[in-house]
Order: sequence, then C-alpha cells, then structure tokens
Amino acid sequence: MDMSPNEFLSNTVGVSLAALRKGAAAEIVALDETASQVALKEGELERRLIEMGLIEGARIEILHEGFPHRDPIAIRVGDHTIALRRSEAKAVRVRCLEAHDHARS
Amino acid sequence: MPEADSPAPRSDAAPSIALVGNPNCGKTALFNALTGARQKVANYAGVTVERKEGMFVSPAGTRVTVIDLPGTYSLRARSPDEAVTRDVVLGRRADAGTPDAIVCVADATRLQLTLRLVLEIKKLGVPVILALNMMDEAEQQGITVNAAELSAGLGLPVVPTVAIRKGGITPLLGQIDRTLRVAEVEGLAPTPSLCGWSEPSAHDLRDYHREVEAILARSVARPGTAHHATRQIDRLLLHPAAGLPILLVLLFVMFQAVFSWARLPMEAIDAGLSLLKGAIEANLADGPLRSLLTDGVIGGVGSVVIFLPQILVLFLFIQILEDSGYMARAAFLLDKMMGGVGLHGRAFIPLLSSFACAVPGIMAARTIENRTDRIATIMIAPLMTCSARLPVYTLIIAAFVPHRAVLGGWIGLPGLVLFALYAAGILSGLLIAFLLKHTVLTGAREPLLMELPAYRWPRPRNVLLGLYERGRAFLVRAGTTIFALMVVIWALASFPAAPEGASLPAIHYSIAGMIGHALEPLLAPIGFTWQIAVALVPGMAAREVAVGVLGTIYALSDKAGDSLAGLLAQSWTLPTALSFLVWYVFAPQCIATLGVVRRELNSVWWPVAMFCGLISLAYLASFITFRVASAMLGG
Repeated sequence: MDMSPNEFLSNTVGVSLAALRKGAAAEIVALDETASQVALKEGELERRLIEMGLIEGARIEILHEGFPHRDPIAIRVGDHTIALRRSEAKAVRVRCLEAHDHARS
Repeated sequence: MPEADSPAPRSDAAPSIALVGNPNCGKTALFNALTGARQKVANYAGVTVERKEGMFVSPAGTRVTVIDLPGTYSLRARSPDEAVTRDVVLGRRADAGTPDAIVCVADATRLQLTLRLVLEIKKLGVPVILALNMMDEAEQQGITVNAAELSAGLGLPVVPTVAIRKGGITPLLGQIDRTLRVAEVEGLAPTPSLCGWSEPSAHDLRDYHREVEAILARSVARPGTAHHATRQIDRLLLHPAAGLPILLVLLFVMFQAVFSWARLPMEAIDAGLSLLKGAIEANLADGPLRSLLTDGVIGGVGSVVIFLPQILVLFLFIQILEDSGYMARAAFLLDKMMGGVGLHGRAFIPLLSSFACAVPGIMAARTIENRTDRIATIMIAPLMTCSARLPVYTLIIAAFVPHRAVLGGWIGLPGLVLFALYAAGILSGLLIAFLLKHTVLTGAREPLLMELPAYRWPRPRNVLLGLYERGRAFLVRAGTTIFALMVVIWALASFPAAPEGASLPAIHYSIAGMIGHALEPLLAPIGFTWQIAVALVPGMAAREVAVGVLGTIYALSDKAGDSLAGLLAQSWTLPTALSFLVWYVFAPQCIATLGVVRRELNSVWWPVAMFCGLISLAYLASFITFRVASAMLGG
C-alpha cells in the first residue's frame, strides 16, 4: 500500500487546509484569517468560514480539486459540500485524520 | 442603497409571511406550491432586487401574502440581494411591510447551515416556523429527522414538507394558521425595530453552531455520508481533466439546440403571420391603414415574436442547469480560469444569464459581493450574445451562410458560424475584463466560498413556471415597447410620401431615409448601406428591433414578396454582411442594458463609459472585418 503525503502529516497538528490533496480527511483545529491574503475587513473571512460550517472541531474531507493548479477545492463539511480557493483555505488550520477513518464510504 | 429609517407601518390587511432559507433549499418550489400561479414579480424600490410575492387562502380561510426572499446563509448581508432579505426580515423595508411570521425553509438532507440561520432569526422575536423541506429525499437517503425533538431543541414549530408533492404542504398550511392565530391573540405585533439586531460576532456564530450541533445530535440520524449520488456524479463532472470539456460540450449542445429545436415552431409562426397578412390584404383596401397593419405591425412585431421559440429554448437550458445544481459546478470549474482575467467564478452565472438577456444577467451580478468584481462583470455582460442578437444573427446567417453540414455531417455550417460569433463575444469580453481589472478596477478578488448543492432532477412544474414568466415578459415587451417603436418607425419610413413619378422606393424620401442618408458617410467605411443606418437608429432601443426595421424598409422599398433573408442576400455584399455581424457582437445597442447598468451601479459614469467603449470597439472591429473581407474577396 502506498502512503500519501497526507498520511505522513496525519500526526502533525495545525497543517494548513490549503496544503491538503484530494482524498485527505482532517479535523479543523483553528481559524486564522491572517494566514490568508484575502483582502476583507478584519474578522470577515473568519465569520464567513464559520457561516459555511468551517468551524473548530468540524470534520472535513477534500472531495474535488479544480483545474489548473488543483485550485479551487471542494470539501465536505458535515452534510454540505463547500467550494473554496486554496488562498482562502490557508486561513483554516487542520489536523489530518486517517483518510479512511471517517470519510471514505 | 436607501433604507427606510422608520419601521414599516403595520397594515391591518392580509397577514404576510416571508420565506427565508439558504440558496437551493427548495424555497422557490415551496413558494410555487403555496401560491400556484398567483404570484407577481416586481422590484424592491430603490434597489433592483427581484421581489416575488404571492398569496394563498389558508385552511382557516385567511388570505395570506407570501414573500419569497433571496437565499442567504446569514442576516449579515454581504450582497444587495442578501441585504433585502435582512431588511425585510427586520421590517426595515417600507415597501414590504413587516412579516407577521417567518417560514424558514430547510433542506432536510443538510440542516446544519440553515439551522444556524434559524437561531439567528429566532432571536428577533418574530414568530418563526421551520419547514423541513425535501423530506422525501431525506427518507430515500436513510436520514431520519425527528421533528418533535428538533422542535423542542429549537423552541419553535417544525413541519415536514415535500413541496413538490401534492398535499406535501398541508401540515405547513395548518401550522401557518395556528402561528398567525397565536400571534394575533397574544398581540405579538412584530416590533422588529426595537429588537436591536446587530451583526453577530465570530464568537456568537460559534455559539450558534455549537447549539445546532447539539440539537442535530439529538434529532437527526444519518447513515454514513449523505448525497452519495452527488459525489459520484461530481467525480466525473468536476474531474480536473474531464470537467471543463464536459462543460464546453454542454454549452455547445445548448447553442445547437437553440437553433434546431426552435426551427419548427418558428416556421409555424412564420406561416401563421403570412396567413394573417394575406387575410388583411384581401379584406382591406390599399392605403395607410393596410400598410400600417401589414408592414408596420405584422412585419415589425412579427419578426421579433418569431424568435420566442429560441428564447424559450435558451431559457429552458439555463433554468435546467440552475435547478439541477450544475450552475455552481460551472462556477467551480471556471473559477481559476476566470481568475486569470481577474473575475470571480460566480461571475459565470450573470454572464451565462446574459446569453439570454443582459438585463437579468447584470442584475444577477448582485450575488458578487465585491464592487470592483461586480463592475468588471457588468461591463462585459453586454458582450455575451443575448437572445435579442439572435434574430439579427439568424437573419444574416440564413441569407449568407449555406445550409451545409461540416465536420462529418455532425454540425451545420450555420451553427458553426453562430458559435464563432458567440466565441468572439466571450473572448473579447474576457480580454476587456482583464484590461479593466489591471487598470481601473484593481483590487483583490472576493473569496469563492460557496456551497455546491446536491444534484436534483429539475421539476417540470418549476421549470415551466420560470419559462412562462420569461416568455410572458418577452411578449409583453414585444407587445408594448417594440410595438410602439414599430409604429413610430413605420411612420418615419412612410412619411412624407414619395413625390409623384418618383423613381426610387418611397422610403428613400421619408424621414427615416433622411436620417439613414445623414449617417451613411459615417458608416460607409465599415460597409453599411443607408438601409442599415436607418435600422441602427431604432435598433438602439432594442437590438432585435433592427430586424423588424430592415423588414419594414425592404418590404417597403421592394415589393417582390420575397423573404427578408432572400432580399438581403441580393442587396448586400458578403463583406457588408460580415461587418454587420461583427458590429452586432460589440455594439451597445440596448437602452435597457444601459439603464440597468446605471441603476445597478448607481452611477452615470459607468454606462457612459460602457457605451463609448463598446461603440468604438464595434466600429473598429467592423472596419477591420469589412476591409479584410473586401480585400480577400477582391472587392
């Protein structure tokens, strides 16, 4: 069985969501909008992320990647599928989970 | 945006309810189920957000007004659309009144985000009912929602509904009656201005979320992952390599269908108009009245109405793409590439709507939160070939492009030329967006951050209602604005009458002829004849009018009884026809578009800039086309 880079990272705490690849599963540990270069007023990106269900403790899985540069990404959050750009995903810090642990069906 | 400072007066008339929910939660289907065809679409005063209102009679016999509000995830409005939802819910809009109750519509298969909104709204103190829509789908996916538990957790009535099934909203009707009665008895007159709503902080939002999680844990049981089918479909449709080609094929099929499906009904309309014309000519003596009816009304309005089938086919596709959930995927697929020219992936939806008509397209740009992104999208919307240009394209293509199959018989040459015209508009639009975003409209892009809704079969009833509304709007426009213009044009083209013993056609001596001749020197370098110059003047009001005018001019100047396409093929050279087509790709010939740009951006500068920019572009492009074509054809 080949190991994806995500599995190496799975024990690391606080990886950026932007660094994950398709199929990766993770749990959100923190939101830090300063890590993203999105030009919005202070606190706005954080609130928008929360409104779309991206909140500490939420389990996510990367379902799809766009083209080119594998951007944007579509992630599953609970029962919702949310699309976001990797530049926005930088604001989301996650802890990697075993890919087949939660999300693979 | 004007906001009423004082709360709306409480009317003693019919109680009203407002439908609020996330985008794609089946809110419109529920609205249609509640009101049937008894609905009207207007605009909110001051802003151009569509206001959908309807009414129904509840089981208790009360007449209830229903307002369908734009979908939102939060009362913290980010776009003009969402601001309307917030203001109506808060009773801040004088023209909408204060709703007596709010029906939150939730998709039972994905409750999380809606429930957070519900908690936010509940805090306002207005009676709230939660309609658990799409319960049938939830059951199919093995999701069990305990409505009683949910109701206890949220502290408000929860009613399962299936908006698309007969009788699927009966429990909701009963609950609306009960809620309105309780509100009346308790004198719970809405006083939203006093509720002091303020934007929730990130901390508040986290609290709401935790509450939702706790409630969901008690009331919803779901097996594994929901929306399995959607994920399987997306595996193909969002595939990094296959996704974009599939999208392009889909668009190409759409354009081919606009041509091929609409052909038979168009021929039928044409035959009907000829019959009518024949009947009038047989029963009326020759004179101004007969000329007005046959040349002005039937010739003018008829040549526009004939394109109704094409417009309906186009809207049918757009409606199906929208209802099925594919539109959001298209935005996803195109975001990176649109980002290359500085546009938001969400700009795809307004731009695609602009293929039907730039006016709704420009209005749909409201969902783009960032102003510079929005301006860039609006500025290039008129370059997306709207259906009003189709009459012109079809006419010229019919006259000059032979009906020949190319590429192994799969594609007709006329369809290919049409596709090229569309492509020219799209590519130049992207180029202009790029230039704008790198010069006057610099600034960061808005986040993408959007939901990809689950795929659903579009409901014929909703599609038909949408089509009916659009078809009606088109016919009303043809019956009023275009009719009036046609009569004016007919008069301009008929008076003053030709002098005795004149050798040239009568229109040559008319006012229209004079205007056309005055413009002729200006338009001669791009190969336009005076007839085209005459057609362009009223064509400013609406592009498709030009076809009607050409019909009128040629019918008046040459009574051969030939079809307009045939007449044009005889009297125009190929370079002129090509130049005319290219002119139509760029020319900002639509007062309605310029008007809506002014209204949407609340600026005179942008529509003026749009007009000047596009007309220069049109002149330049036509000039090059005419010169190159003339040189190549040895003209």
